[in-house]
Amino acid sequence: MPRTVLLVILWAAVAAVLVALPHALSFSQQEILVFMTINLLVVASYRLLTLTGEWSLGHVVIVGVGAYASALYTKELGIPVPVSMLLGACTSALIAMGLSYPLFRMKGFYFLIGSFAAGEIIRLLWKRFREPFGGPKGIKGIDPMPDFSIGIWDFDFFEPVSYYYFAGAVVALCLWLLWRIERSPVGLTFHAVHWQDKLAQSAGVNVRAYRTLAFVVASGFAGLAGALGAHYIGTINPNGFDVETMVFVLTWTIVGGTATFYGPLMGCIALTVLNEIVLREMGFEQMRPLIYGAVLILSILFLPKGLESLVQKLVKPRRVEP
Amino acid sequence: MFDLLAQTGLNALYAASYISLVAVGLVLIFGVMGVVNFAHGELFMAGAYVVVALYAGGGAPFLLAVAAGLGFVGLLGLLMEFALFRPLRDNPLGGLVASIGFLMILQATAVMGFGVRMEHIPPVTQEVIAFSEKVRLPMSRLYVIVAAVVLLGALWYFLKRTRFGWALRASAQDAEAAALQGISIGQTARIAMFIGAGLAGVAGALTAPLVSVNPHMGHSVIVTAFIVIIVGGVGSLEGAVVASVAYAFVHTLVTTFWDGVIADIVGLSLMLVVLIVKPTGLFGTADRA
Repeated sequence: MPRTVLLVILWAAVAAVLVALPHALSFSQQEILVFMTINLLVVASYRLLTLTGEWSLGHVVIVGVGAYASALYTKELGIPVPVSMLLGACTSALIAMGLSYPLFRMKGFYFLIGSFAAGEIIRLLWKRFREPFGGPKGIKGIDPMPDFSIGIWDFDFFEPVSYYYFAGAVVALCLWLLWRIERSPVGLTFHAVHWQDKLAQSAGVNVRAYRTLAFVVASGFAGLAGALGAHYIGTINPNGFDVETMVFVLTWTIVGGTATFYGPLMGCIALTVLNEIVLREMGFEQMRPLIYGAVLILSILFLPKGLESLVQKLVKPRRVEP
Repeated sequence: MFDLLAQTGLNALYAASYISLVAVGLVLIFGVMGVVNFAHGELFMAGAYVVVALYAGGGAPFLLAVAAGLGFVGLLGLLMEFALFRPLRDNPLGGLVASIGFLMILQATAVMGFGVRMEHIPPVTQEVIAFSEKVRLPMSRLYVIVAAVVLLGALWYFLKRTRFGWALRASAQDAEAAALQGISIGQTARIAMFIGAGLAGVAGALTAPLVSVNPHMGHSVIVTAFIVIIVGGVGSLEGAVVASVAYAFVHTLVTTFWDGVIADIVGLSLMLVVLIVKPTGLFGTADRA
């Protein structure tokens, strides 16, 4: 059989499994599935940012910018939810654009600390200003997605399954876009900026412009993830986007590995499953930070290239793709 | 107005004393190990909990509890050196990531051991030095200031006047060259980790009766320490002390006249400005990161 037909069958099978998946789960597991789907977009966008070699500690706050912006657009301006989600994503990208001017004067550790400071300032502004951000309590009663029907399925967005289908479709589209971006000439230039920035520069590549581009695009997708989350949960507050959440994203990414597109996604799925099945079902919920810390340390010590390196070992005999 | 300024100055002096203990430890570890220790705030927290366990819980004398805090957290530092930083010496981001993992373990341990609620610690002394009607300095705060001055003085003497101190500064400057001169890099790393962590621990232990002790107290401490070491210049001990004093005054003033959150925003903005305008900080020399 030709390769393309095989691929089509494979992807159709994957899609079928993903559509059927929530019906095999309990209600609370369905909710976790929704969060995991949204988190997949967060880690995938984080990977785009790390492609150019800079590690940000402000990514979760950028997610929060999308969430706050989208929530406020619906609440204050009455913009319909799907439109405001896209506007939230654009707001995240714009804020990232503004932040990039000071932040990309820094590199390495300084960028890390600078991004942390910038993110923390934004988060404290939410906390400080009751108007319009709601202060420490945040924003409550965010409009949900309006229900609609497509004939074979009635979308009722208080049902996790419906939201899973909606968010899953959006996230799948975004992942495909991120994948295309990475494989495009622009994406290859991101790699060059990371591994050979002097050479890239002497070949006429505007390194800083490409770093900024990666940061802005990644932030746009992150903002969309934030908006998807905000309209599902219905309430957001500054503490939801603090450093601890950032550490979770960092852990997913590092445990999965950042050399491949699927690495961070694997990390997110593996740790979510571990967290929910092992910790919650067995009653170790309080030990969650402990387990995450231990997993982070063990993986950086013994599996520094992440879970993806295990997969690469398994499929090594195959032809190496460029 | 003068009273208010004098009182703010005293408050700032107290804040500066424990901030500089934390920041100097962080700089020392960074200088010798080349690792940014994100768990430094949690080492501070661990020191405070030693006082909770021994002084508030066990009835031991306060000074003994503080000394135990220094020793215990110093040992935690040695553990980090042995288990995390040494195996990850060749991985530039590895030590930082591992310290984040260690931070979460320490925090979760505190939650499981003591619960998330605030700890009540009986005050060491109720005495207050009253300079005037409105300008007062509680004795317990004076103790912290005196202890910080003594400890930093001792550290200064150790670094500038003893052979170990010379070895330590040499390997902070150029580890390879120091090793060629017969200095044991492993040993200086252990000394630096013990002192650096111990300083954070002793700061936490000293201030435990004066602040709200809870498992998440490390967060604001590490943020403050980062601001101070960036403003002072990463790798500069003198810079860390000067920046601690300057930051404490700015933060206390803004807190007095506006509020704490605004003060945090001002502090972080200062750090961003320094990062943009002069990334080596006020006292920093070479780019080491």
